[in-house]
Amino acid sequence: MTCDWVPKLDLYVDGELFDGELTEMEAHLRACPTCAADALSRLQLKRMTQAAGRRFSPRPEFRLKIAQSINAAKRPPWARRWAPALAAAAALVLVLVPAAVWLQHLRSGQALGELADLHVSTLASANPVDVVSSDRHTVKPWFQGKLPFTFNLPEMQTSPFKLIGGRLTYFQQSPGAQLLFEVGKHQISVFIFQNRAELSGLNSGSSLSRKLAFNTETWAEGGLWYFVLGDASPSDVHDLSELLRSADRS
Amino acid sequence: MSRDRRTDAESFEAQAIPMFASLYNFAHWLTRNREEAEDLVQETYLKALKGFVSFQQGTNFRAWMYRILRNTFLTSRSGLSVKMTVPLDREEDAVGLAADTPEAVLLARADQQMVQGALERLPVQFREVILLCDMEEMSYQEIAGIVGIPIGTVMSRLSRARKSIRELLAEKVRGASK
Repeated sequence: MTCDWVPKLDLYVDGELFDGELTEMEAHLRACPTCAADALSRLQLKRMTQAAGRRFSPRPEFRLKIAQSINAAKRPPWARRWAPALAAAAALVLVLVPAAVWLQHLRSGQALGELADLHVSTLASANPVDVVSSDRHTVKPWFQGKLPFTFNLPEMQTSPFKLIGGRLTYFQQSPGAQLLFEVGKHQISVFIFQNRAELSGLNSGSSLSRKLAFNTETWAEGGLWYFVLGDASPSDVHDLSELLRSADRS
Repeated sequence: MSRDRRTDAESFEAQAIPMFASLYNFAHWLTRNREEAEDLVQETYLKALKGFVSFQQGTNFRAWMYRILRNTFLTSRSGLSVKMTVPLDREEDAVGLAADTPEAVLLARADQQMVQGALERLPVQFREVILLCDMEEMSYQEIAGIVGIPIGTVMSRLSRARKSIRELLAEKVRGASK
């Protein structure tokens, strides 16, 4: 004979019983081993469905695409209406001042090349980092008193990236932090400096580009200038940059 | 005017971005195809962003997003074919059916892949309800609002979905132990 409570077992497992009904059900389950076993197996199936259901993950490129389309909506309508005109004006400026742009480009290339050299010489060194730790709470305080600024590091546990450590570095006569991360067999350097006008010129607006066959990403936030560089895939470099940006905003 | 628009987009972003991965996962379960799932999620975000001005703050944003996604799915290629297939049995018949398999034994032997296989074989009307309930942990009331069916039908579809999964798992476990 089927117990009268059976039809309510799903409601119990789904948290849809309230107050009096819930108390009565709990009392019944203590008294009826058949229903208790049934409720347990329903709960077990619910947990299994929950785990099995979390199956598909979006591609990072797709995540970026959606984020960009929302970002575009933040721009005021006039900006979008005048976008073609602004683009034409920008093109005209580029035609009028090609020499200045070219010089800037050369300077940028040279400066970014210097950072690539720093990355390569770090990897070639027998002691690539001065503070060796995968713990952000060890690496960040190590820079205290060595740099005239501080920065945030993200929680890496759930990401494919591993923090190897950090070292003090100099670029264009200014001190900065160089952090080394690992993803798979690839190593990625993250340079952090105080943002200055000269560096802003090198800022490619958070764009991902290739320099000397390395994948790089650069942006400025909170008075600091970040430069991420490595031989890992563009998506890895981008994901690590996103992680760092999220730490900075938190 | 532009400031309002910006604030709206920012508020939308703050609420909609955290649920991106879950929405995508749900869309992929509905369409069972990456490309279609991406199209579906993209269209959902565009529609939601456009309609966000009419969304009443303080009401259930998550349920609102899932409703848009599901309605968009119904007008999509694979969604239209789903509309044509109506389950033959009366849904109400399934409420409260007792399990007739020694479940603890059965479930202990079933693995995640088997459950995924069973979910795949469920008709989409059942799959969506069980995923919203068990995976997204939504209430019957929320599911009823998203799918546009009475709560009684939510319960019967859930019950039927679970019964089918149990049967499919039993079939698999028995097949595997032969």
